[in-house]
Amino acid sequence: MSKERIQISEDLYDIMPSDYQDLVKSSTYGKEDRGWKDIGTSKELIEQHSLCAGCPESMAFRYILASLPNPEDTVMVGSTGCTSLVFPMVAVHNIHSLFGNQNAVASGLKRALSVRFPDRVKDVVVLAGDGATVDIGLDMTLQAWFRQEKFTTICFDNELYANTGGQESGLMQKGFVAKMAPVGKLFDKVRLPEIARESGCHYVVNCTVSKPSLVEKVIRNAVHIAREIGPTYLQLYTPCILEIGKNSMEGLQEMRDSEKPTERFAYKEYVSEPAKQLLAELSAKDKERKAAAKQLAGQASA
Amino acid sequence: MSDYRVLPGPEHFLPPAAASMGIRLPNPGEAHINGVIVSEDKAYEEAARQFLMAKVPTIFPGPLVLWAWNEKAAKKATAVRHLFNTLKECAQAGQKPMLIPMPDYRPKYPKINPEVEINPNHPNLTIWHNKIDCCMFIGVHCHQANLSLKIIRGGTSCYTIAMCAQAGHEDAMLSFRDASVEKIMRLAETVKRLKGTVQLRSSTAKSGASN
Repeated sequence: MSKERIQISEDLYDIMPSDYQDLVKSSTYGKEDRGWKDIGTSKELIEQHSLCAGCPESMAFRYILASLPNPEDTVMVGSTGCTSLVFPMVAVHNIHSLFGNQNAVASGLKRALSVRFPDRVKDVVVLAGDGATVDIGLDMTLQAWFRQEKFTTICFDNELYANTGGQESGLMQKGFVAKMAPVGKLFDKVRLPEIARESGCHYVVNCTVSKPSLVEKVIRNAVHIAREIGPTYLQLYTPCILEIGKNSMEGLQEMRDSEKPTERFAYKEYVSEPAKQLLAELSAKDKERKAAAKQLAGQASA
Repeated sequence: MSDYRVLPGPEHFLPPAAASMGIRLPNPGEAHINGVIVSEDKAYEEAARQFLMAKVPTIFPGPLVLWAWNEKAAKKATAVRHLFNTLKECAQAGQKPMLIPMPDYRPKYPKINPEVEINPNHPNLTIWHNKIDCCMFIGVHCHQANLSLKIIRGGTSCYTIAMCAQAGHEDAMLSFRDASVEKIMRLAETVKRLKGTVQLRSSTAKSGASN
């Protein structure tokens, strides 16, 4: 599908709310080079959201939605949590699964889409919090990877159950005391990126969302690899500023502090051999396309 | 046949699904009024009368006609606009026809702007805000239309009409089935024909009675 298929009926155009007119006029559906730099100059695929002021998750959402390579043919699968407050405001197809079931739902969805639309690229992206991915939904998460399901799993890791008031999660750091975990965590943060690699993921990244260009790169890589080769996993640190006692403007600094080389969100990436080859091919094609476009532009101006 | 009648509300917070009360859908060529199967001809007359009697007759076009996803949808949109223009032409003093879209089904509470759109998850907000006393749904997917029609019947006194492209809606007070461009145009013609024969509903009169 392309942007051409998303059109408002001419006779009813004037009564459509401006959000929808803007989506048709200036969103980036169908644009090959879409990315975070479109934010501010085109209609974003996220309207207002109901997250807290300064929430890093809202930044992550905006960067991810700006970076999806094929948003008009992407279905996102979410789970209960702060992310589920945002999905109603997102102009990408999405499904709210039962808590923890997101990877099972995405597995069926991806297979069904492949059967129903054999000639069209359809991407499936799971986006869930750490509770849904690592605790309650770990079985579904791992089984989807074992089965080599071709979709991307993104975990918004805020290291606790933020939406319900601050309970301990598997991805919480050892010793951390939360509002509803007063004793402090007794064991280490679950090393899910390593587990993902061992479970068959072809592309695994652990990072924060402090740098939009980095988020764009890893999202595009993860979606392309999942489309062609197999499961991919991104663990993105999106701290809950309320639950860790920070102010609205301190979220970004919290992420920067946590991505220092010795910290738990220092950038880590794993790429399987077939995925490396695919990325190299995509990069070569991209260079060719850009060179051709440049040449064309040069001819036009001459 | 069921004694239950699908009447303007407010019925109560959770009105029963009309189907569960024994209301059945019309066969091709038929329609229903208040849950009673009637000929389509009779339904055109009644729908036109309800539009002409209402202070704020409103058409709610849904995604299936708002978005030009095929040629038929675009033609239906043109017909909907024609019907709205007809309502405006035939409006008596004190009548204010409206055309309010239901662009998609994302739950927008509490950010809905009832001036410009209606949402199936809380259609009552738009009805209350604009004081709509008669409305017609067209181009809304069945499951969302049923949800909206039930909420409206539960909480408001608005008279609901469904111009359904499938088998009709039990939960509307009046429902056509197999909606087409021709049927929308015929409804517009009927409104034009009955212009001047119907008096505006007085502000104190209720549009109907609950069960």
